[in-house]
Amino acid sequence: MSRYLLRRLLIAVPSLLGISVVLFTVLALAPGDPFGDLATNPNVPPEVAAALRTKFGLDDPIALRYLHWLTAMLHGDWGFSFVSHVNVDTLILQRLPVTLLVIGGSQILALLIALPVGVYSAVRAHSVLDHVANLLAFIGFSLPTFFTGLLFILLFSIYLDWLPFVFRADIAATGWTWYWEQFKQSIMPVAVLALFQAASWTRYVRSGVLEVIRLDYVTTARAKGLPERVVVIKHIARNALIPVVTLVALQMPALFSGAIVTEQIFRIPGIGSLLISAILANDTPVIMAVTFVFACLVILFNLVADILYGWLDPRIAYR
Amino acid sequence: MIEHQLRGLLAAVREGRVSRRAFVHRMVGLGLTAPFATSLLTHAGMAQSAAGADYKPTKAGGGGPLKMLFWQAPTLLNPHFAVGTKDQEGSRIFYEPLAAWDPDGNLVPVLAAEVPDIENGGVAPDGMSVTWKLKKDVQWHDGRPFTADDVIFNWEYAADPATAATTSGSYRDITVEKVDPLTVRLRFKSRTPFWADAFVGQFGMVIPKHLFEAYRGANSREAPANLTPVGTGPYRFVDFKPGDLVKGERNQSYHLPNRPYFDTIEMKGGGDAVSAARAVIQTGEYDYAWNLQVEDEILVRLENSRNARGRTEIVAGGNIEHIQLNSTDPWTEVDGERSSIKTKHPLFSDPAVRQAMKLLVDRASVEKYIYGRTGTATGNFVNSPQRFASKNTRWEFNIERANQLLEEAGWKRGSDGIRGKDGKKLTLVFQTSINEPRQKTQAIVKQACQKAGIGVELKSITPSVYFSSDTGNPDTYHHFYCDMQMYTTGMNAPDPGVFMRQFLSSEISAKANKWQGRNITRWRNADFDKAYKAADDELDPVKRAALLIAMNDMVVGDPGVIPVVYRRSVSGMSHQLRARLSGWDNVLWDLRNWYREA
Repeated sequence: MSRYLLRRLLIAVPSLLGISVVLFTVLALAPGDPFGDLATNPNVPPEVAAALRTKFGLDDPIALRYLHWLTAMLHGDWGFSFVSHVNVDTLILQRLPVTLLVIGGSQILALLIALPVGVYSAVRAHSVLDHVANLLAFIGFSLPTFFTGLLFILLFSIYLDWLPFVFRADIAATGWTWYWEQFKQSIMPVAVLALFQAASWTRYVRSGVLEVIRLDYVTTARAKGLPERVVVIKHIARNALIPVVTLVALQMPALFSGAIVTEQIFRIPGIGSLLISAILANDTPVIMAVTFVFACLVILFNLVADILYGWLDPRIAYR
Repeated sequence: MIEHQLRGLLAAVREGRVSRRAFVHRMVGLGLTAPFATSLLTHAGMAQSAAGADYKPTKAGGGGPLKMLFWQAPTLLNPHFAVGTKDQEGSRIFYEPLAAWDPDGNLVPVLAAEVPDIENGGVAPDGMSVTWKLKKDVQWHDGRPFTADDVIFNWEYAADPATAATTSGSYRDITVEKVDPLTVRLRFKSRTPFWADAFVGQFGMVIPKHLFEAYRGANSREAPANLTPVGTGPYRFVDFKPGDLVKGERNQSYHLPNRPYFDTIEMKGGGDAVSAARAVIQTGEYDYAWNLQVEDEILVRLENSRNARGRTEIVAGGNIEHIQLNSTDPWTEVDGERSSIKTKHPLFSDPAVRQAMKLLVDRASVEKYIYGRTGTATGNFVNSPQRFASKNTRWEFNIERANQLLEEAGWKRGSDGIRGKDGKKLTLVFQTSINEPRQKTQAIVKQACQKAGIGVELKSITPSVYFSSDTGNPDTYHHFYCDMQMYTTGMNAPDPGVFMRQFLSSEISAKANKWQGRNITRWRNADFDKAYKAADDELDPVKRAALLIAMNDMVVGDPGVIPVVYRRSVSGMSHQLRARLSGWDNVLWDLRNWYREA
């Protein structure tokens, strides 16, 4: 097991290196630079932008810039943002809690919806409820999050005036009011992400359960006279959910990218909105760092999924 | 001639036949800036009407929170590193300049005790120096006194090339000396008719010496105070998250009595302009929204919505959406660059074609259907004032006349309806950035051109590419590898001279200067260069104004540019908020006087 882990981690190193090379080259070749705004301002002499370019090493050849970046990164120095002059790791750590809160919240909500609905519609397959759940699931994952987000804002903030649509990281309140405000402003973004996620998971849970429900051991369990509740929860769900668990782990990174759009719509100061504004400002160190974090997440969660799979299903061996 | 008219008009103001405000409006109409027009009045001995702020609260504080929404959030809070206005606005909450520009172009003292002029001896008659008296008993937020040393330090800091300050343009050509602890003298290298640049307005915010002294030059990035500003402004720093949030609280020892009104201030960033407009005008979640670049139609709809809680506030500034005609040939490569000044544009070198283009821009429709209240049609650098308009500052839209001009010049229609002459076809490529109003304007121009037998091919470029300073990319606006292009240029510098620099033949954007030159159109005119030189050295503001107006006429008359609309800056405000906005300074220039009406 530990040898397997070690091997997987070693394999991850070249893939991360490869990812960083590709990212860096694409960013370096992409048009635009962080000082474009200065160039259009007639009051700022052109030498300023030129001096800044030299100062931040933007005029060096790409290969050299990459080596600088890599050696700094290996020393744990993530560099600093060209735009705000703040260290990139500080920026990311500042933004991380909010993203984790929103994504974590939406994952939990999505599971809370997907598990019962998926299991129920499989157990009562082709009932009216199953059809309704199917229909909603299809609608759910056909609608992109940016659309449902706008729809929610229009309905709950503008027509009904119930919820705020500007997310604030530091609410000026303490105690219960703080929790209440936080809850109120989180409902919409969390719901938008959760509904999208829940829709597809419901389908997976349903098909997972349907596969298991016809197996002989389930019939045996029923024949023993076990109550239906125990059959479904202990015997069906446990086996049916193995593929779903890995799916959840594999989808974590995808969720981060899904959150980018949602964060932009609700003005959530998370990693996604940091990435967007960095891209718009051509702030290379920040883009590199954030995308690199995402790449690490993909690799990490893949590993987690594989390990979880083997742990849940002893028939799979690590080699 | 113009000089004579100007003197007449100044006399009319003195006798009270024309109001100061009307005078300023007329000057702006001639391509000057409001601050410059006001300096004419001051020079003529009509000192500023002290337009005191209309401030009602009788005590400081008690106003609760002020919540502002900036869809582009500030990313740093050191005014000397500000990239773009968003950073300046963020810094302006905490830092102040010596003086600021009000909406009518008057200088309002902030950290200065008074505005220097010739009468109070502040401005030297020879135009070589200006003396600022600083306000007494001003404290930094940490309790240290504000003195002349701080002012001098800001000059040293910004002028040092190693600091790479974005404000360096205002400071590198001056020297600053201490006269006494509360007086500084600025010395200029050459005669400087327009002196109110350093320490004034957007580029004039003063940072404290005691916190930045150790971080001058190469290590300027490491100053902790870059992120935790300590200024003299009405609000003290509380929290800053780059790209997201700036928070402040009331400065209890602010140097003006009974101010500021609000207890806390919050500047939230992110999102887009339309939803920012909604949050202020429709739902009232926020009190103020900055720079609402939204179609006017949408703004009107929001304002008229059921129980709207806010309004739009539109102020005139110096932004001109204009079309540039390339004077050089963008399609032939000479010495490794296109649009080289060694070439001539094959079509625009015929004056008839240029004049025809001028007639084919339907500004009225552009204003009516695209910009609405947020843009005013202009054939000059603003819609020309009635009494003062010279012939060539009038604009008209006339397809027939354009057809006639082209016909007379020998451009005959071919079988496809496109005109041609000597084997050259009259087809042009017209580029701009991707932005909905711009694409609509392009379409309007194209339609009119087709009716006149000119073929137009439209090209739109992503703004991040188009406005970048990337020397390797041929699609940037400074390369101008195209026949025509359109964008907005800011005349926010209070001195119109800076704006006029973009037509100097010495400023031509070319490969040799890495396309950093200001003259994008490559328009050249020896008379213009001469007039610019004269204006740069002219101390009599009236004569200088006359020269600048004449220069303006040259550019528009023999079109290097075709002005389209004069864009105004739009803010959203709650119905209760009272704030004076200025088009010549940051929107937060008068933050200390903002208050909420009960």
